[in-house]
Amino acid sequence: MDFKKIPGSWYFLLIVILSYLFLFIFHPEIYHSCLEFFAKIISEILPIFVLIFVLMVITNLLFDSKFISKHIQKEKGIGKWIFVVMGGILSTGPIYMWYPLLANLKEKGLSQGLIATFLYNRAIKLPFLPLMIFYFGVKYVLVLGLVMIFLSVIQGKIINKFMEVKK
Amino acid sequence: MNKSKIVSALIKSGRALFNSVPLIFGTVLLISLFIKLVPPSFYLKIFTNNVLFDSFIGSLVGSVSAGTPLTSYLIGGELLKGGVGLIAVTAFIVAWVTVGIVQLPAESMVLGKKFALIRNLLSFIFAIIVAILTVLILGAI
Repeated sequence: MDFKKIPGSWYFLLIVILSYLFLFIFHPEIYHSCLEFFAKIISEILPIFVLIFVLMVITNLLFDSKFISKHIQKEKGIGKWIFVVMGGILSTGPIYMWYPLLANLKEKGLSQGLIATFLYNRAIKLPFLPLMIFYFGVKYVLVLGLVMIFLSVIQGKIINKFMEVKK
Repeated sequence: MNKSKIVSALIKSGRALFNSVPLIFGTVLLISLFIKLVPPSFYLKIFTNNVLFDSFIGSLVGSVSAGTPLTSYLIGGELLKGGVGLIAVTAFIVAWVTVGIVQLPAESMVLGKKFALIRNLLSFIFAIIVAILTVLILGAI
Protein backbone atom coordinates (compact mmCIF):
# COMPACT_ATOMS: atom_id res chain seq x y z
CA MET A 1 0.00 0.00 0.00
CA ASP A 2 1.38 3.40 -1.00
CA PHE A 3 0.99 5.64 2.06
CA LYS A 4 2.05 8.68 0.03
CA LYS A 5 -1.25 8.45 -1.88
CA ILE A 6 -3.34 8.81 1.30
CA PRO A 7 -4.43 12.47 1.65
CA GLY A 8 -3.11 14.35 4.70
CA SER A 9 -6.66 14.90 5.96
CA TRP A 10 -6.95 11.15 6.81
CA TYR A 11 -3.79 11.40 8.92
CA PHE A 12 -5.36 14.40 10.66
CA LEU A 13 -8.46 12.32 11.49
CA LEU A 14 -6.24 9.43 12.65
CA ILE A 15 -4.31 11.71 15.04
CA VAL A 16 -7.58 13.07 16.48
CA ILE A 17 -8.94 9.50 16.90
CA LEU A 18 -5.70 8.51 18.67
CA SER A 19 -6.17 11.47 21.03
CA TYR A 20 -9.66 10.17 21.78
CA LEU A 21 -8.20 6.71 22.40
CA PHE A 22 -5.81 8.28 24.89
CA LEU A 23 -8.77 9.99 26.57
CA PHE A 24 -10.72 6.72 26.63
CA ILE A 25 -7.88 5.02 28.51
CA PHE A 26 -6.93 7.78 30.94
CA HIS A 27 -10.04 9.98 31.26
CA PRO A 28 -13.08 7.90 30.22
CA GLU A 29 -15.54 10.42 31.67
CA ILE A 30 -14.17 13.26 29.45
CA TYR A 31 -14.08 10.84 26.49
CA HIS A 32 -17.79 10.01 26.89
CA SER A 33 -18.72 13.65 27.35
CA CYS A 34 -16.78 14.70 24.19
CA LEU A 35 -18.22 11.85 22.16
CA GLU A 36 -21.73 12.76 23.22
CA PHE A 37 -21.13 16.35 22.13
CA PHE A 38 -19.62 15.11 18.83
CA ALA A 39 -22.69 12.94 18.15
CA LYS A 40 -24.98 15.90 18.88
CA ILE A 41 -23.21 18.19 16.36
CA ILE A 42 -22.96 15.47 13.69
CA SER A 43 -26.65 14.54 14.01
CA GLU A 44 -27.52 18.24 13.58
CA ILE A 45 -25.37 18.86 10.51
CA LEU A 46 -25.61 15.51 8.69
CA PRO A 47 -28.98 16.20 6.98
CA ILE A 48 -27.55 19.51 5.72
CA PHE A 49 -24.84 17.61 3.87
CA VAL A 50 -27.48 15.90 1.70
CA LEU A 51 -28.58 19.36 0.54
CA ILE A 52 -24.94 20.41 0.08
CA PHE A 53 -24.37 17.37 -2.17
CA VAL A 54 -27.43 18.18 -4.31
CA LEU A 55 -26.30 21.80 -4.71
CA MET A 56 -22.77 20.69 -5.59
CA VAL A 57 -24.12 18.38 -8.33
CA ILE A 58 -26.26 21.19 -9.77
CA THR A 59 -23.33 23.66 -9.75
CA ASN A 60 -20.97 21.12 -11.32
CA LEU A 61 -23.58 20.27 -13.93
CA LEU A 62 -24.36 23.80 -15.02
CA PHE A 63 -21.09 25.70 -14.67
CA ASP A 64 -17.64 24.56 -15.70
CA SER A 65 -14.36 26.42 -16.26
CA LYS A 66 -14.89 26.60 -20.06
CA PHE A 67 -18.32 28.22 -19.64
CA ILE A 68 -17.01 30.78 -17.14
CA SER A 69 -13.82 31.65 -19.07
CA LYS A 70 -15.80 32.06 -22.36
CA HIS A 71 -18.21 34.54 -20.79
CA ILE A 72 -15.55 36.48 -18.84
CA GLN A 73 -13.79 37.19 -22.14
CA LYS A 74 -17.02 38.04 -23.95
CA GLU A 75 -18.42 40.59 -21.47
CA LYS A 76 -17.42 44.27 -21.49
CA GLY A 77 -17.47 47.24 -19.03
CA ILE A 78 -19.66 46.78 -15.96
CA GLY A 79 -20.90 43.52 -17.46
CA LYS A 80 -17.39 42.13 -17.11
CA TRP A 81 -17.29 43.00 -13.39
CA ILE A 82 -20.73 41.45 -12.87
CA PHE A 83 -19.71 38.29 -14.71
CA VAL A 84 -16.42 38.04 -12.82
CA VAL A 85 -18.38 38.24 -9.53
CA MET A 86 -20.82 35.57 -10.74
CA GLY A 87 -18.00 33.45 -12.14
CA GLY A 88 -16.20 33.51 -8.79
CA ILE A 89 -19.35 32.52 -6.90
CA LEU A 90 -20.24 29.73 -9.32
CA SER A 91 -16.74 28.33 -9.79
CA THR A 92 -16.13 24.98 -8.17
CA GLY A 93 -13.11 22.85 -7.26
CA PRO A 94 -9.88 23.76 -5.48
CA ILE A 95 -8.30 27.15 -6.19
CA TYR A 96 -5.08 25.72 -7.69
CA MET A 97 -7.18 24.23 -10.50
CA TRP A 98 -8.11 27.77 -11.53
CA TYR A 99 -4.61 29.33 -11.49
CA PRO A 100 -3.60 28.17 -15.01
CA LEU A 101 -6.90 29.38 -16.46
CA LEU A 102 -6.58 32.77 -14.72
CA ALA A 103 -2.96 33.10 -15.91
CA ASN A 104 -4.19 32.39 -19.42
CA LEU A 105 -6.96 35.00 -19.13
CA LYS A 106 -4.39 37.49 -17.79
CA GLU A 107 -2.28 36.95 -20.90
CA LYS A 108 -5.38 37.57 -22.99
CA GLY A 109 -5.85 40.96 -21.31
CA LEU A 110 -8.00 40.31 -18.23
CA SER A 111 -6.95 42.91 -15.64
CA GLN A 112 -5.40 41.80 -12.35
CA GLY A 113 -8.20 43.61 -10.52
CA LEU A 114 -10.79 41.43 -12.25
CA ILE A 115 -8.78 38.34 -11.34
CA ALA A 116 -8.67 39.48 -7.69
CA THR A 117 -12.44 40.07 -7.72
CA PHE A 118 -12.96 36.59 -9.17
CA LEU A 119 -10.76 35.04 -6.45
CA TYR A 120 -12.51 36.99 -3.67
CA ASN A 121 -15.93 35.81 -4.78
CA ARG A 122 -14.79 32.20 -4.73
CA ALA A 123 -15.21 32.62 -0.97
CA ILE A 124 -18.99 32.65 -1.46
CA LYS A 125 -19.85 28.99 -1.94
CA LEU A 126 -23.49 28.45 -2.90
CA PRO A 127 -23.53 24.70 -2.15
CA PHE A 128 -22.17 25.33 1.37
CA LEU A 129 -24.74 28.01 2.26
CA PRO A 130 -27.16 25.58 4.00
CA LEU A 131 -24.57 24.92 6.74
CA MET A 132 -23.83 28.62 7.07
CA ILE A 133 -27.57 29.39 7.33
CA PHE A 134 -27.91 26.63 9.96
CA TYR A 135 -25.33 28.36 12.18
CA PHE A 136 -25.83 32.05 11.38
CA GLY A 137 -29.30 32.51 9.86
CA VAL A 138 -30.56 33.66 6.44
CA LYS A 139 -30.33 37.40 7.20
CA TYR A 140 -26.69 37.18 8.22
CA VAL A 141 -25.74 35.09 5.16
CA LEU A 142 -27.50 37.53 2.80
CA VAL A 143 -25.90 40.63 4.35
CA LEU A 144 -22.45 39.03 4.50
CA GLY A 145 -22.73 37.90 0.87
CA LEU A 146 -23.73 41.36 -0.37
CA VAL A 147 -21.01 43.11 1.66
CA MET A 148 -18.41 40.68 0.31
CA ILE A 149 -19.54 41.17 -3.29
CA PHE A 150 -19.41 44.97 -2.89
CA LEU A 151 -15.95 44.90 -1.30
CA SER A 152 -14.65 42.41 -3.87
CA VAL A 153 -15.17 45.03 -6.58
CA ILE A 154 -13.46 47.69 -4.42
CA GLN A 155 -10.55 45.27 -3.91
CA GLY A 156 -10.35 44.72 -7.66
CA LYS A 157 -10.29 48.47 -8.33
CA ILE A 158 -7.53 49.00 -5.69
CA ILE A 159 -5.45 46.17 -7.17
CA ASN A 160 -5.83 47.67 -10.65
CA LYS A 161 -4.45 50.96 -9.26
CA PHE A 162 -1.53 49.22 -7.53
CA MET A 163 -0.60 47.19 -10.58
CA GLU A 164 -0.83 50.26 -12.84
CA VAL A 165 1.92 51.99 -10.79
CA LYS A 166 4.35 49.29 -11.91
CA LYS A 167 3.71 50.06 -15.57
CA MET B 1 -29.41 16.62 -20.51
CA ASN B 2 -26.40 14.46 -21.34
CA LYS B 3 -26.36 11.32 -19.12
CA SER B 4 -22.55 11.14 -18.96
CA LYS B 5 -22.43 14.79 -17.83
CA ILE B 6 -24.83 13.98 -14.96
CA VAL B 7 -22.77 10.94 -13.95
CA SER B 8 -19.57 13.01 -14.13
CA ALA B 9 -21.14 15.76 -11.94
CA LEU B 10 -22.33 13.13 -9.43
CA ILE B 11 -18.85 11.56 -9.25
CA LYS B 12 -17.07 14.93 -8.99
CA SER B 13 -19.40 16.14 -6.22
CA GLY B 14 -19.32 12.81 -4.39
CA ARG B 15 -15.52 12.76 -4.52
CA ALA B 16 -15.26 16.36 -3.25
CA LEU B 17 -17.63 15.65 -0.38
CA PHE B 18 -15.92 12.33 0.45
CA ASN B 19 -12.53 14.11 0.55
CA SER B 20 -14.00 16.54 3.11
CA VAL B 21 -15.19 13.71 5.40
CA PRO B 22 -11.94 13.23 7.40
CA LEU B 23 -11.55 17.00 7.81
CA ILE B 24 -15.16 17.52 8.92
CA PHE B 25 -15.18 14.56 11.34
CA GLY B 26 -11.72 15.44 12.64
CA THR B 27 -12.70 19.07 13.15
CA VAL B 28 -15.98 18.24 14.91
CA LEU B 29 -14.10 15.79 17.17
CA LEU B 30 -11.55 18.52 17.95
CA ILE B 31 -14.27 21.13 18.56
CA SER B 32 -15.98 18.72 20.97
CA LEU B 33 -12.69 18.18 22.79
CA PHE B 34 -11.96 21.92 22.87
CA ILE B 35 -15.41 22.84 24.17
CA LYS B 36 -15.33 20.18 26.88
CA LEU B 37 -11.75 20.89 28.00
CA VAL B 38 -11.47 24.65 27.62
CA PRO B 39 -13.97 26.69 29.62
CA PRO B 40 -15.73 29.53 27.71
CA SER B 41 -14.14 31.99 30.13
CA PHE B 42 -10.75 31.23 28.49
CA TYR B 43 -11.60 32.33 24.94
CA LEU B 44 -13.86 35.07 26.21
CA LYS B 45 -10.69 36.49 27.79
CA ILE B 46 -8.95 36.59 24.36
CA PHE B 47 -11.88 38.42 22.76
CA THR B 48 -12.41 41.63 24.65
CA ASN B 49 -15.48 43.01 22.83
CA ASN B 50 -13.24 45.68 21.31
CA VAL B 51 -14.47 45.84 17.70
CA LEU B 52 -11.07 46.44 16.08
CA PHE B 53 -9.07 44.11 18.31
CA ASP B 54 -11.56 41.23 18.07
CA SER B 55 -11.88 41.50 14.29
CA PHE B 56 -8.08 41.72 13.96
CA ILE B 57 -7.59 38.55 16.03
CA GLY B 58 -10.41 36.79 14.12
CA SER B 59 -8.87 37.76 10.78
CA LEU B 60 -5.38 36.72 11.92
CA VAL B 61 -6.50 33.26 13.05
CA GLY B 62 -8.61 32.81 9.89
CA SER B 63 -5.68 33.84 7.67
CA VAL B 64 -3.29 31.21 8.97
CA SER B 65 -5.93 28.48 8.88
CA ALA B 66 -6.60 26.40 5.81
CA GLY B 67 -9.16 23.90 4.59
CA THR B 68 -12.67 23.72 3.26
CA PRO B 69 -14.98 26.65 4.16
CA LEU B 70 -17.30 24.07 5.77
CA THR B 71 -14.74 23.67 8.55
CA SER B 72 -14.63 27.42 9.18
CA TYR B 73 -18.46 27.54 9.44
CA LEU B 74 -18.38 24.68 11.96
CA ILE B 75 -15.68 26.32 14.11
CA GLY B 76 -17.19 29.81 13.75
CA GLY B 77 -20.69 28.56 14.56
CA GLU B 78 -19.56 26.70 17.67
CA LEU B 79 -17.44 29.69 18.83
CA LEU B 80 -20.49 31.90 18.43
CA LYS B 81 -22.55 29.47 20.52
CA GLY B 82 -19.74 29.60 23.09
CA GLY B 83 -20.12 33.35 23.44
CA VAL B 84 -17.49 34.77 21.06
CA GLY B 85 -18.71 37.96 19.35
CA LEU B 86 -20.17 37.98 15.83
CA ILE B 87 -17.55 40.46 14.57
CA ALA B 88 -14.64 38.20 15.56
CA VAL B 89 -16.36 35.11 14.15
CA THR B 90 -17.21 36.90 10.87
CA ALA B 91 -13.62 38.16 10.43
CA PHE B 92 -12.43 34.62 11.12
CA ILE B 93 -14.64 32.90 8.52
CA VAL B 94 -14.08 35.61 5.88
CA ALA B 95 -10.27 35.54 6.31
CA TRP B 96 -10.36 31.73 6.25
CA VAL B 97 -11.82 31.74 2.74
CA THR B 98 -10.24 34.88 1.25
CA VAL B 99 -6.66 34.88 2.57
CA GLY B 100 -4.52 32.04 1.26
CA ILE B 101 -1.23 31.88 3.13
CA VAL B 102 -0.84 28.20 2.22
CA GLN B 103 -1.52 28.87 -1.47
CA LEU B 104 0.65 32.01 -1.54
CA PRO B 105 3.70 30.35 -3.21
CA ALA B 106 1.54 28.84 -5.98
CA GLU B 107 -0.41 32.07 -6.46
CA SER B 108 2.85 34.07 -6.62
CA MET B 109 4.32 31.73 -9.24
CA VAL B 110 1.30 31.79 -11.54
CA LEU B 111 -0.15 35.28 -11.06
CA GLY B 112 2.91 37.25 -9.88
CA LYS B 113 4.51 37.88 -6.48
CA LYS B 114 3.36 41.50 -6.16
CA PHE B 115 -0.22 40.62 -7.10
CA ALA B 116 -0.37 37.70 -4.65
CA LEU B 117 1.08 39.74 -1.78
CA ILE B 118 -1.16 42.78 -2.32
CA ARG B 119 -4.25 40.61 -2.82
CA ASN B 120 -3.69 38.61 0.36
CA LEU B 121 -2.82 41.68 2.43
CA LEU B 122 -5.94 43.48 1.18
CA SER B 123 -8.05 40.37 1.86
CA PHE B 124 -6.76 40.34 5.44
CA ILE B 125 -7.74 44.00 5.95
CA PHE B 126 -11.02 43.50 4.09
CA ALA B 127 -11.97 40.60 6.41
CA ILE B 128 -11.95 43.13 9.26
CA ILE B 129 -13.95 45.68 7.24
CA VAL B 130 -16.46 43.04 6.03
CA ALA B 131 -16.98 41.85 9.63
CA ILE B 132 -17.59 45.35 10.98
CA LEU B 133 -19.87 46.36 8.08
CA THR B 134 -21.90 43.13 8.24
CA VAL B 135 -22.53 43.42 11.97
CA LEU B 136 -23.32 47.15 11.66
CA ILE B 137 -25.84 46.51 8.88
CA LEU B 138 -27.40 43.60 10.80
CA GLY B 139 -27.76 45.86 13.81
CA ALA B 140 -29.42 48.55 11.71
CA ILE B 141 -32.00 46.34 9.95
